[in-house]
Amino acid sequence: MRIRSFLFFSAVLLTSFSFQSKAQQGADDLAKMLEQEDKTAKHKKDYTTATFKATRILDGNSIENTGKGVLDFRIMHRFGELSTGASNFYGFDNAATKLALDYGITKWLMVGVGRSAYLKEYDAFTKVKILRQVKNGGMPLSLSYATGATLQGEDVQLAPDGSKYSVVDRMRFYHQILIARKFNDWLSLQLMPTLIHMNVVDSSKDANDIMAMGIGGRIKLSTRFALTGEYYYTLGNKLSGHDYQNGLSVGVDIETGGHVFQLVFTNATGLNEHSFVAQNTSKWSNGGIHFGFNISRVFTIVQPEEFKHTNNKSW
Amino acid sequence: MKKILFAIVLISSTTGAYAQKYMTRSGKISFFATGGTEKIEAINNEVASILDSKSGDVVFQVPVKSFKFASALMEEHFNENYIESDKFPKSDLKGKVSNISEVNFEKDGAYKVTVVGKLTMHGVTKEVSVPGTITVKGKQITLSSKFKVLLADYEIKIPSVVKDKIAKDAEITVNSILDQK
Repeated sequence: MRIRSFLFFSAVLLTSFSFQSKAQQGADDLAKMLEQEDKTAKHKKDYTTATFKATRILDGNSIENTGKGVLDFRIMHRFGELSTGASNFYGFDNAATKLALDYGITKWLMVGVGRSAYLKEYDAFTKVKILRQVKNGGMPLSLSYATGATLQGEDVQLAPDGSKYSVVDRMRFYHQILIARKFNDWLSLQLMPTLIHMNVVDSSKDANDIMAMGIGGRIKLSTRFALTGEYYYTLGNKLSGHDYQNGLSVGVDIETGGHVFQLVFTNATGLNEHSFVAQNTSKWSNGGIHFGFNISRVFTIVQPEEFKHTNNKSW
Repeated sequence: MKKILFAIVLISSTTGAYAQKYMTRSGKISFFATGGTEKIEAINNEVASILDSKSGDVVFQVPVKSFKFASALMEEHFNENYIESDKFPKSDLKGKVSNISEVNFEKDGAYKVTVVGKLTMHGVTKEVSVPGTITVKGKQITLSSKFKVLLADYEIKIPSVVKDKIAKDAEITVNSILDQK
């Protein structure tokens, strides 16, 4: 009797155990079925996102675009040289600001306008995504094209004969190819071959076109904190007149809710391409370093399809 | 005694027969995690799910990157900072409808059910019990449910600066139409 009841008990135990494992196995089998079918289904490209946090590495363009229907209001601020010392409060007494409005027309096309205090410049630019890095095999890098124009204020600099330069004479242009790769979740690098064109240069010895190679990168230290840097090396002849320096900026990205906050140390004063690529008068080696920051605040203007029906303002 | 044993073996061996499966690849899951004035809401229309009407086994697979937000920046933050979708691209629920026998798949109607199983999110797996409804309509069934998950349970960290903006628990709404396979 005892043996019998033991047998019975163990049998019940066994079957209930097999029920138990069956339950989990059933779901696992179903999950496998889904995955099996997933493989046969058309494979969706897994595009790399967030190669950089913002649309500028620090001064210049990053591979990122403003999202579709998103307006990005940027305040960029550069103080004077740290080496100007205590009497100038280490550069804080003089500052150059740029206000910019960027807008994403589509996923791959953005435009922007800006106004800089330095040289009293207006600028407009556009950036187009051409290639996108794909994570699950395929395209190993992202590639974009950026181009822009600046118009210097008419009273900033007069022509040698004392007259004012015409609008055309005060314009400068840039063209950039941005080639970027996010190597892993903490390292992104970018190359940016750049062509600067100036309608008027100071000396007849200077060429109107300047070529430069830029390199930039990001090291992400935590989800909200990253080190960034960019450097522009002028190829061929630099502009004469000044001892113009290659532009070097290092900084950090700090992200809070709706803002990206960038702190920067740089030898660039100007915030437009022709300035920070080819016309830096400050020198890192003798303390010609400017402290500065960028603040970006985004506003969703056009809601994505899924949210058209809801009437929520998401800023 | 032997009869009982035989009956048990028989019953256990017959479960799983006549398995009728319902499936979709375009189910919908949305969530709501608003803490302050800023609406935090996302919709995912690429949820795969499958239900075995006989055994009650049910699976939901959610490609995390397919959650769409009203704000592009919020979407990026969700992927980069909170759910870490590069590291944990899929969330899933593997479970069983505990009262599947109460659902008559032959007869149109709405049936209250409970799904007991394992929810995996952000690389963390937890046992959950979720109330829901199976609505049968011809050869289609709709799985719907609304439940809350505590973000801290899944090691999703909310930094103190945005603590007031994000709810501690996210309300998840499931609404998937499955077709008979």
